Amino acid sequence: MKRISRTTLIFLGSIVAFTLVVQVLISLNVLSPFWNTILRQGAVMAIVSLGLNLIYGFNGQFSLGQWGFYAIGAYSAADITYRWTNDANSNGLTVLFFTVVLVGAAILILYRVFGKIRGVDPLSAFAIYLIAAIGLTALAVSIGNITAPGVNGLLKVLPANIANTVVYLLAVIIGGVLAAEVSFLFGLPVLTLGSDYFGIATLGFTIIVKVLLDNSDVMFGFVEMKGARGMIGIPKLTSWIWVMLFLILVLVITRNLLHSSYGRAIISVREDEIAAKAMGIDIGHYKTLTFVLGCLFAGLAGGLYAHINGFLHPDTFNFIKSFDPMIIVVFGGLGSVTGTIFAAFAWQLVLEGILRSILPPGFETWRYVVYPLLLLVMMLLKPNGLFGNYEIPYLRQVLPPKKSTEPKPAQTAKESL
Amino acid sequence: MNRSEPMSKTPSLFESLVQQRTLGYLLLGLILLVAIWRLGNALLENPSLFLQQVTNGLQIGFVYALIALGYTMVYGIVRLINFAHGDVFMVGAFTSFYAISRMQLHLWPRVLFPNLNPFLGDAIGTVTVVLLSMVVCALLAVTIERVAYKPLRNAPRISALITAIGVSFFLEYFGALNFVYTANYITYRRPFDVVTWVIGNQGVQVLQRGQEVPPGAIIFSNISFIIIIVSIILLVLLQYFVKNTRTGKAMRATAYDRQTARLMGVDVDATISTTFAIGAALAGAAGVLYAIAYPQVVFWMGIIPGLKAFVAAVLGGIGSIPGAVVGALILGQAETLSAAYISTPMRDAIAFSILIIVLLVRPTGIFGEAQREKA
Repeated sequence: MKRISRTTLIFLGSIVAFTLVVQVLISLNVLSPFWNTILRQGAVMAIVSLGLNLIYGFNGQFSLGQWGFYAIGAYSAADITYRWTNDANSNGLTVLFFTVVLVGAAILILYRVFGKIRGVDPLSAFAIYLIAAIGLTALAVSIGNITAPGVNGLLKVLPANIANTVVYLLAVIIGGVLAAEVSFLFGLPVLTLGSDYFGIATLGFTIIVKVLLDNSDVMFGFVEMKGARGMIGIPKLTSWIWVMLFLILVLVITRNLLHSSYGRAIISVREDEIAAKAMGIDIGHYKTLTFVLGCLFAGLAGGLYAHINGFLHPDTFNFIKSFDPMIIVVFGGLGSVTGTIFAAFAWQLVLEGILRSILPPGFETWRYVVYPLLLLVMMLLKPNGLFGNYEIPYLRQVLPPKKSTEPKPAQTAKESL
Repeated sequence: MNRSEPMSKTPSLFESLVQQRTLGYLLLGLILLVAIWRLGNALLENPSLFLQQVTNGLQIGFVYALIALGYTMVYGIVRLINFAHGDVFMVGAFTSFYAISRMQLHLWPRVLFPNLNPFLGDAIGTVTVVLLSMVVCALLAVTIERVAYKPLRNAPRISALITAIGVSFFLEYFGALNFVYTANYITYRRPFDVVTWVIGNQGVQVLQRGQEVPPGAIIFSNISFIIIIVSIILLVLLQYFVKNTRTGKAMRATAYDRQTARLMGVDVDATISTTFAIGAALAGAAGVLYAIAYPQVVFWMGIIPGLKAFVAAVLGGIGSIPGAVVGALILGQAETLSAAYISTPMRDAIAFSILIIVLLVRPTGIFGEAQREKA
């Protein structure tokens, strides 16, 4: 086993210490529930923004669709836990589990098949994926409904507390994976568009998801989602520790991906697509990979968010809000993981916490007047974001020492011969 | 890919299917066929209702066209998605609201010239209000450009986008404050009375108050008429301006290549300001027309029409003026027809699905030129 380096130890140690200190403060009631909620939401925001930073900051794809995938993760996770806690019924869990597994397997297999064929047209591939996904979802619904009673019995054997936690964790993960699979299907044809057009198409996706959620009860039969009235009765299971565990997980995945050869390929796509293509990098593959991973994070964050307040409303997933992660990513510095995390917490703390508490009562709406002004001033003063390209040592890439670009005279003489 | 493989290997049926767009087109064609079939059925079943929807679609489509022009011109010239444009539209509507309800500006011809024909008086008064809104919006847009976009012209493009979002939020939430517009819906008073005509078997008649619409007739109000006429006049004026005047030529030159235009003696900054001003003036006019047609104003009213207009601009090929108009008309029709025949709550979803599908087939829009993405 490789030895863990010192920077890793220091970083992980300090982040774990921070988590524990905050947890102790919460347990001792030093931090009020208000600030506890804001901190948890800040961490959720950090996860979404990390996903977007991967897509936009590192891969250069201008995506405004994060919020749509966040909504998918939130609602699907909430639906699973809602059915489990309120109806003691695990068919939400089994149906979505089989959907995710079957569709995921189909996508992986088809991706291998298409990878062997030269010049696959994205639109045709998309049609095949879509038909496969719809068929397998229908199959998964029936399998899920058949297996649900068995799974129900299995979960009933466990103590209630543990069963709840298991369902909650599975729900968050399934929500995230579902968002990732949808993002794969959606991204496949749309990622071929130029950057601004891609942004617009993803914005359209967010709006479509919001409209679907508005009509989820009447038109799609998800009565418990209550459509535009908002979903209530979701168990509040997301604690500070869970949020931070997911944040650390996402952070480590991001860091390790970016430090691998994959990461360098991803960054090369951002820098110059044509040059990257000329160097033999499969642009489509890396764009899809980054997009799916970023949307997986968004879905996970959505699942976590759903269990913070126990309440979801389609207006939370309005397209206006889809600018929030974009603002955070640009604020923190495009392509700076440190900056993104810092900006996500700062954004949540300032907007919902500090501005709310310093503005006199009756003037809470003023915070949305102050916030755009802050935004303007920040962008005018620091167009590259707070942190620019700065990274803390753990996240910084260790590259081989730069070779001098001037060739040695002797060598040139030798080569020219 | 294995290079050593002989290129002449015949692909299997599956391979050749996947390598062409056929399958994708088949899927899209299927959707299109269902849509055409439904629309055809609707037309055959109740032609007058269908025509009524088409007129409604034209009305909203022209409003979108006026807003979309601002998006398309600004994008064409500075490659910036000006998200604050929808809020300029909102300011236009509110300016006319204050001019009409508070200051009664639309009544000035009647007050000054009591002997004037009331119809002419109303027309002049309304035009004054529209012009006032256009001027206010143009001034606002030039200010926004100077403060929020000009300093960032050499910064990364995303910074200007973020300031655009900032300006948009500022205009909305500042307007929502209690001493500005308040956060409530406000009823809008029209500057003239609504006259509705019934076009049916008995020719064209004025619809009396309380009278029922005879079956098989189409209603057409002076509001639709005014919206369509005003929009067409403004569009023709704009087209003339852009094609034939010096400033218009400078705008096109700047849009084509800013550096070269500057070298050729074009005052690029002034041209960009003019573009913003013209786009905003059109949005202001659209704001008044929209408020007259749907008589309610609220601080966030610019968001959805602004976004739809933007979609229209993209649909037609962003940067192209005729494209924006065509895109807006298509979007207007799609919206009203889908609201009438498919499902009202899903209207926006359908509009955006159309956008995504069009982008998949023609990645730069209907009138768009081939990819000219600048890095």
